[in-house]
Amino acid sequence: MSILTARAPPPSIFDRVRSIHWLLVLCLMAVAAIGCVLLYSAGGGNFQPWADKQIQRFAVAFALMMAAALTPLRVWFKLAYPIFFGSVGLLTLVEFFGRHGKGAVRWIDLGIISLQPSELVKVALVLALARYFQRLRFESVGKIWALFIPIAMTVVPAGLVLKQPDLGTAAILLAMAGLVLFMAGVQVWKFGVVIVAAAAAAPFAYSKLHDYQKERLLTFLDPERDPLGSGYHIIQSKIAFGSGGLFGKGFLEGTQIRLNFLPEFHTDFVLSVLAEEFGMMGGVVLLGLYLAILFVTLGIALRARTQFARLACVGMAATLFLHLTINMAMVMGALPVVGVPLPLVSFGGTAMFTLMIGFGIVLSAHIYRQERLGGKLLDDD
Amino acid sequence: MKIGRTRPSRRTRRTTGLEQAKKQAQNREAELDQKKVFTRRALVFGGIQVAAAGALAARMYQLQVVEAKDYAVQAEDNRVNTRLLIPPRGRLLDRNGLIMAGNREDYRVYVIAERTPNLKLTIDRLGELLDLAEDERARLVRDIRKRRRWVPFPVAVDLSWEKLARIEANIPDLPGVVVEKGLTRNYPAASSTAHVVGYVAPPTEDDQATDGDPLLSLPEFRLGKGGIERVLDKPLRGQSGYAQVEINAAGKVQRELSRREGTPGPDVSMTIDLELQRQAMGLLAQHRSGAVVLMDVHTGEVLVLASFPGFDSNAFVGGIGAELWRNLNGDITTPLINKCIQGTYNPGSTFKVMMSAAALQAGSITERTALSCGGVFTLGNAVLHCWKKGGHGSISVRDAIKASCDIFFYQVALRTGIDNLSELIRRLGGGVPSGINLPNEKPGIMPSAEWKRRTFPNDAKYHPGELAITGIGQGYVIATPLQLALMTARIVNGGFRVVPRIVKGPESVFAGTNLVKPNPKPPSLGFDQRHLALVASGMAAVVNEPGGTALRSRIDEPGLQIGGKTGTAQVRRITLAERAKGVIRNEDLPWEKRDNSLFIAYGPVSAPRFSCAVIVEHGGFGAEAAAPIAREVMLAAMHKYIPLSERKLPDPVRRSRAERVR
Repeated sequence: MSILTARAPPPSIFDRVRSIHWLLVLCLMAVAAIGCVLLYSAGGGNFQPWADKQIQRFAVAFALMMAAALTPLRVWFKLAYPIFFGSVGLLTLVEFFGRHGKGAVRWIDLGIISLQPSELVKVALVLALARYFQRLRFESVGKIWALFIPIAMTVVPAGLVLKQPDLGTAAILLAMAGLVLFMAGVQVWKFGVVIVAAAAAAPFAYSKLHDYQKERLLTFLDPERDPLGSGYHIIQSKIAFGSGGLFGKGFLEGTQIRLNFLPEFHTDFVLSVLAEEFGMMGGVVLLGLYLAILFVTLGIALRARTQFARLACVGMAATLFLHLTINMAMVMGALPVVGVPLPLVSFGGTAMFTLMIGFGIVLSAHIYRQERLGGKLLDDD
Repeated sequence: MKIGRTRPSRRTRRTTGLEQAKKQAQNREAELDQKKVFTRRALVFGGIQVAAAGALAARMYQLQVVEAKDYAVQAEDNRVNTRLLIPPRGRLLDRNGLIMAGNREDYRVYVIAERTPNLKLTIDRLGELLDLAEDERARLVRDIRKRRRWVPFPVAVDLSWEKLARIEANIPDLPGVVVEKGLTRNYPAASSTAHVVGYVAPPTEDDQATDGDPLLSLPEFRLGKGGIERVLDKPLRGQSGYAQVEINAAGKVQRELSRREGTPGPDVSMTIDLELQRQAMGLLAQHRSGAVVLMDVHTGEVLVLASFPGFDSNAFVGGIGAELWRNLNGDITTPLINKCIQGTYNPGSTFKVMMSAAALQAGSITERTALSCGGVFTLGNAVLHCWKKGGHGSISVRDAIKASCDIFFYQVALRTGIDNLSELIRRLGGGVPSGINLPNEKPGIMPSAEWKRRTFPNDAKYHPGELAITGIGQGYVIATPLQLALMTARIVNGGFRVVPRIVKGPESVFAGTNLVKPNPKPPSLGFDQRHLALVASGMAAVVNEPGGTALRSRIDEPGLQIGGKTGTAQVRRITLAERAKGVIRNEDLPWEKRDNSLFIAYGPVSAPRFSCAVIVEHGGFGAEAAAPIAREVMLAAMHKYIPLSERKLPDPVRRSRAERVR
């Protein structure tokens, strides 16, 4: 802490590296390491086909995070809108050029890697919202008109994602934006109004859902109605959890995984691998790590001097929080199967890159926590 | 856009110091407000996070601690599949260890329904390779769908090399098809032993409902359905074993976790002599239909139980085809009927032997009672004839047996009375089940006054005419070949109540079953041994003395002489063959109307060891068709089982008498 007393940004790269919040980095690495261990197990005790790729990706993601962390926060502030418009643009492109996967258009091929713009847009929206509220006078937050722009910024990408269709990501975008708005100071009753309105519109929305989405919803309510179809995931996942017990069956000893009873156990259902082989203890350790990340991030937000930094941190925390909560609840049969990956653990490239970049920005907010950004103060229209 | 800490803008510089100070204060206130709101709400958010994490941990606790046991069981159910192992079925051996029912290793094709995306298509392809008819394929699809999806269903057993090669070559196009080795029940002497040994066949739904053995749910399990296979089905099955295998989600076996081999069913020895049985079948094959029974008169062991024509019991093992079944069932010579125990015939003149024994015992005649035969016997309005025109003159019982005098026995029957005859002949084994351990034995009929009343309430009296012809084995009296052989055995063994046995051992199969156990000291039937010896000597005379009706079937080897009695029964009563067809009686089929040819025999005369009964359906005279068969079978049996040292010459007294007669 003592080195960070300087009010100006640390001049040298050395100082900046030294002032990185290493606890946060360590927690992120620990979670990613758990992910790699699980993917190694999911591969039947092999680095092929998942663990090795995940490790490579994490290496790249780690570099990206470090780069993002060492980038001055004001650069992120400047880039917030361009990044946002860029990713919304990509999201629109997906509509036309996207690759199909599992009944939905989600990927866009960029030659070297294929990108999932719906993942990018999560970080982009956080930045854009934070940027917006940094510039908005605090008195204006309570005014209705001040909410038009952030709502538009949220609804447009959410709508595009929903059209892919990706219900899970759309819901996460909405909830995350809601949390950011809440942290920015929007009155609580307004959320009440929106929630009531949403509840009223739910039957209509249900009728607009895809059959498979309806199916998932119904199956969630009663997994046994189709034990070999949609309910199969949930039932088998719960069996993996329950049979793992308190301490698990041991590394590489999970029968549900070995014998393929669990589908998609390297992506959305990777937590059941942990639950089966390492038991509730494994799950609690992972949950603890996530909680540590969230609390450290919240701590950084509380110490930041600008609304941009605070909201960016809180937005990232919200994104992580929503992902892990929805995913965990889903694989434990407490929420419908919506296709939300477990952050940093599930096999997947874009999600890991964007999340790590997002936490790079959080780290940057920590390094530059004394920095002030111009814009939203009274003397500064 | 302004970046940087407090770089003052041109506009701020223009404002007055006071205003500036005021604005800065307001700024700071707004900033503080903002920070305050954020901090408060950040705490709320932190609280939400803790609450959510707590909820997730609680859910973990619920699944992984509270409900863990249930899920552990479900995971095991997922993973472990217990498969019953069918134990090898116990073999059936003849008395000398020759295999009558064995197990042959073969190749079979299974279909596992859950491994094929399109069961019907797979069965169609397989059906082409195996030459299965359209309806058979449809039946297979139906049967397979009835079973559990992961249980391999046998489509064909005992594959020929050609078919095996065809399937192996096409296996990539046949998802869910597996070829495996298995054991198939095999009857090496099927055509000779089918009736006795029986057969195994796939269990029916009824069988599965009534039999609790889980083995029956396996489609390749076979159940004993006829003969000894049925009687000893439970012991022959053995104890099933099981294998626990680990399967993956696709149902594919990963590895075997544990295996407990079952206990094979025990090999069971039967009393049948396969060589003699085959010989008897071969001799019967000169005719269209008939039966031979040969038994040991002291132990009751049945060495030959031959019913011709036989059938190929191997055809039943895989499930018999409808057409073959129709053919077998519709055959006039009733191949599916075991005529030895299910064919009931008027015994004809062979019955005179039992009549003699009964009448002597009842005291209605003695050895010396001479009755006259004038060739014609008048009884009320009826006129009965002796087969010999002109008659036998005055004749006593021994000669009446030898010459088969009808009129002597009309009178014997009338003198003795139906109730005396009935009681005594039932004691010998007529009209009651012999007790042999084979399914569906017919008891035959030995009528009595009471029986007549019960059976013909409108004509309740036992008329003298009916009684008279009972004396020559016609009319109501019917018996199975086994009963004839048994009655003969009990007469020639000195009147002991032997019971026909078909299972020799091992001891373990007798436990808990109603199998006839060996009885070294059978109880006496209460007949005077001298009377029985007289009857036996009469039978010896039939074959060995001039004037005997079966002199041509005499055996000249020293010590192996046989005694016997011919029978020629009119087919007045419907034969089984006719009964099977029902309407055929009035059609002009000469074979149908010919007399049944019967012969009963025992030997050696000096020390009776075997008794034998032969019937050739519609074979004409007993002496012509049946007697030569009995002679051959008796001779072969005696050659095989009576060592030279035990071949006694005939009793000198009897020989001298025989010589005297000669």
